[in-house]
Amino acid sequence: MQRIGVFVCHCGSNIAATVDVKKVVEMVQMEPGVVHAEDYQYMCSEAGQAKIAAAIHEKNLTGIVVCSCSPRMHETTFRTAAERAGLNPYMVEIANLREHCSWIHKDMEEATKKAVILARAAIAKVNLNTPLKPGESLVTKRALVIGGGIAGIQTAIDIADAGYEVDIVEKTPSIGGRMSQLDKTFPTLDCSACILTPKMVEAASHEKITIYTYSEVDKVSGFVGDFTVDIRKKARSVDATKCTGCGVCQEKCPSKKAPSEFNRGLNTRSAIYTPFAQAIPNVPVIDRDACMKFQTGKCGVCEKVCQAGAIDYTQKDEIVTQKYGAIVVATGFDTIKLDNYDEYAYSQSKDVITSLELERIMNAAGPTKGHLERLSDGKHPHEIVFIQCVGSRCSDDRGKSYCSKICCMYTAKHAMLIRDKYPDVNVTVFYIDVRTPGKNFDEFYRRAVEEYGVNYIKGQVGKVIPQPDGKLLVQGSDLLDNKQILKEADMVVLATAIEPEASVRKIATMLTASIDTNNFLTEAHPKLRPVESPTAGVFLSGVCQGPKDIPETVAQAGAAAVKAIGLLAKDKLMTNPCTAKADELMCNGCSTCANVCPYGAISYEEKEINDHGIREVRRVAVVNNALCQGCGACTVACPSGSMDLQGFSNRQIIAEVDAICR
Amino acid sequence: MQELITRAKELLENGTVARVLGWKAGDLPYNPEPAYFTNAEELKDFVYNGFCGANLSKYMIEASKLEGKTLVCLKPCDTYSFNQLLKEHRVDREKAYIVGVGCKGKLNIEKVKSFGIKGIESVFGAEMTDNADTLTFQTIYGEKTCSYAEAMLERCHVCKGKEHVIYDELIGESKDTKDAERFAEVEKIEAMSPEEKFAFFQKELSKCIRCNACRNVCPACSCRKCVFDSTKFDSAQKANVDSFEEKMFHIIRAFHVAGRCTDCGECSRVCPQGIPLHLFNRKFIKDINELYGEFQAGADAETKGPLTNFTFDDAEPSIVANR
Repeated sequence: MQRIGVFVCHCGSNIAATVDVKKVVEMVQMEPGVVHAEDYQYMCSEAGQAKIAAAIHEKNLTGIVVCSCSPRMHETTFRTAAERAGLNPYMVEIANLREHCSWIHKDMEEATKKAVILARAAIAKVNLNTPLKPGESLVTKRALVIGGGIAGIQTAIDIADAGYEVDIVEKTPSIGGRMSQLDKTFPTLDCSACILTPKMVEAASHEKITIYTYSEVDKVSGFVGDFTVDIRKKARSVDATKCTGCGVCQEKCPSKKAPSEFNRGLNTRSAIYTPFAQAIPNVPVIDRDACMKFQTGKCGVCEKVCQAGAIDYTQKDEIVTQKYGAIVVATGFDTIKLDNYDEYAYSQSKDVITSLELERIMNAAGPTKGHLERLSDGKHPHEIVFIQCVGSRCSDDRGKSYCSKICCMYTAKHAMLIRDKYPDVNVTVFYIDVRTPGKNFDEFYRRAVEEYGVNYIKGQVGKVIPQPDGKLLVQGSDLLDNKQILKEADMVVLATAIEPEASVRKIATMLTASIDTNNFLTEAHPKLRPVESPTAGVFLSGVCQGPKDIPETVAQAGAAAVKAIGLLAKDKLMTNPCTAKADELMCNGCSTCANVCPYGAISYEEKEINDHGIREVRRVAVVNNALCQGCGACTVACPSGSMDLQGFSNRQIIAEVDAICR
Repeated sequence: MQELITRAKELLENGTVARVLGWKAGDLPYNPEPAYFTNAEELKDFVYNGFCGANLSKYMIEASKLEGKTLVCLKPCDTYSFNQLLKEHRVDREKAYIVGVGCKGKLNIEKVKSFGIKGIESVFGAEMTDNADTLTFQTIYGEKTCSYAEAMLERCHVCKGKEHVIYDELIGESKDTKDAERFAEVEKIEAMSPEEKFAFFQKELSKCIRCNACRNVCPACSCRKCVFDSTKFDSAQKANVDSFEEKMFHIIRAFHVAGRCTDCGECSRVCPQGIPLHLFNRKFIKDINELYGEFQAGADAETKGPLTNFTFDDAEPSIVANR
């Protein structure tokens, strides 16, 4: 029989205001095994921990239950405290009286009843706990950064500067990401390329950084400190070791009809291409779907004109397998599809564009060479309407519930730049709210209104109607004036919501990193661990975690790098002892557990088994403790119930359920 | 049947197989039972007729441990179970010599009795070679007849087809007996209100006497030690405490075989209380088909079942909330 101590925390008033903690102490004393119970204002404080240690010594406790906040908050705290007092840390269980009880209930009597039940379940579990001992695993001193935008580049440079090897995997032919598509950046209006390209060069020339462009992560196995990753280097059809980047192939390529991804499809590019002039690496790729050589077998112009002999039509995808200690996800964002917002006539008129498309139009290297013109007829516009929150802050499921955060600022930027360069153009912005928190942000927006005469109208646009003469009729409302507005415009710019890059779902699944309903990666703690994924060894950088502007992205990239460095600096890690274990006598050898194991931790052995005197060779499951992460998938899949999770055994779980149902 | 016996003798004599797993005549004309035959002499009791419903694939778990090969007679639907057992490493392919036997639908004696045919002394028309659509019974009350099709087991009305999915050789012709929709019964229950469903299963499952016949015959219930027989989980004791027992037993069993059940229908065939146990399994199969795409357990011995496999196209868990 265990000797159990129960420690009920008030958490200031967080728990005590809703749960009668004295009553909980009184009730748990009647539970089997409980020999000590007390309450205290802050159990996690030094004084609280001292109370736990004292009770362990005085009452010879063999197990403890702390009724406090979520184990994600303080399980480690209490386990460490127990260990210091000589108790095995795995003899500690947490009953979550805060998130699971006091915070979600109002009625004290009901909440107290529930608190007792939660405590009872934890006590029932501790009664069946056994001491566990963690193992050790080595740390591979190399980091992987998935995504080569500004977030990934910054994280990679920071980790590399600390002396660790870093690989960047970028799926497009060049690093640079969304920032390379921007013209100017707020609130300083400096040119995006001028601040980004030096960073790109720094990453590319860093001796500790290896860049895999036109590559994707294919497979991830292993665990914190020891990930094994397959990187698929897609066939470029160009030998990077030979290519000089002269660009002749792109000039001579006769197939120039593929839409340019970099210019958001506003113009076309050749089949062999680098996305933009400053691309890194400056090695083109052949888009095999657009290439005549690949599609019809007739062409081969690029091969003929290439002085370096770098064109290789036979190149195949190559898999590079590499080990990493830490993985940083920096997959970034894209703008949403506008199919659900056809009232803005995006699909009907070339002169209705997204803000990212406007960036390309404003850019000197863009499809119009930086001239502001209507894409339908090339004419100079005189009246431009910006519509804010297209797909953002949406209350139904047409768009996104969140604020995309960057649109207010870039719209002010666009409006200001247009007014500055073309004073003859009238600019009107329809907005719900203007949100400009951030250093020098509100000043920036006010400058647009006050100095540049941008016309801001609080209200939403209901419809954009293309007119026969090519103009766009904008139907909106002015909420402050309480009137309907009908306005003719030459161009309409939609501040389109941003969403995580679509490929993040696949990557999150490979990494077993959790994502929220909007496909943003979830933090380990929204306030206290914002750059870590709940999956150990996986860190988050940039917009993949939530909408951010460039300064925030760079700050988070640096933070993610520090967390990764903190991990890489360690030589060894303690492994979780709560791993699965098969009961050889009951194992059917059916492979169900191996099929569901996401970590490849289960294999099979032909073993001689002595089953109550029957000796026979049986196929039985064997768990590799170093690979097992204790997820428990095998224990529920096992038809015979022979797979069990140490620290969370079937018996323990059932005991908890029984205690709750009693 | 004669062709089967001749071939079995041949294979026994030339040493290809060490034994034959088939059916022998029972004490009544309609209850043949699974049996091993180790020599030509014993084979005189061998029978194979419309009453040989038993799926012999599960016997191969034990037969796989014996010295030498076992000739096992498998009907088309039984071969699915064999494949599933093979996939789960429960049987040894090398130890089996599979003779795919023809099938023209198996008979349900309870159905026959329900037509008022009792006191049966002999049956005509149930042999594989008989092509008659009618069964003729000599009873102590005189001669009686009924339609073969109407006397078939439920599972034969929704037959998976006459193809054997794994075999070493085939003997005898098969007939496709499918004349009903496989999920029609499930759909009927799905259309019920929660109260009606509860009442339906309450009524059916309260007949259960926990004889364990369904579990023992089920090729998917092949655990060395059933959780209901193990002291490790306290579940055996738990299942005994009240009338909830039968429901828990059958529901847990359905969960355990979900994604692995080939829908062989043995559970319902052997139930002495006539509980339509296959409905639970078939509901799971229907759900799996709808959520993950058509899947037939045991169609081959390699494909991972949808419940033990992960693909990026898998249904999200949230789908449950929308159902």
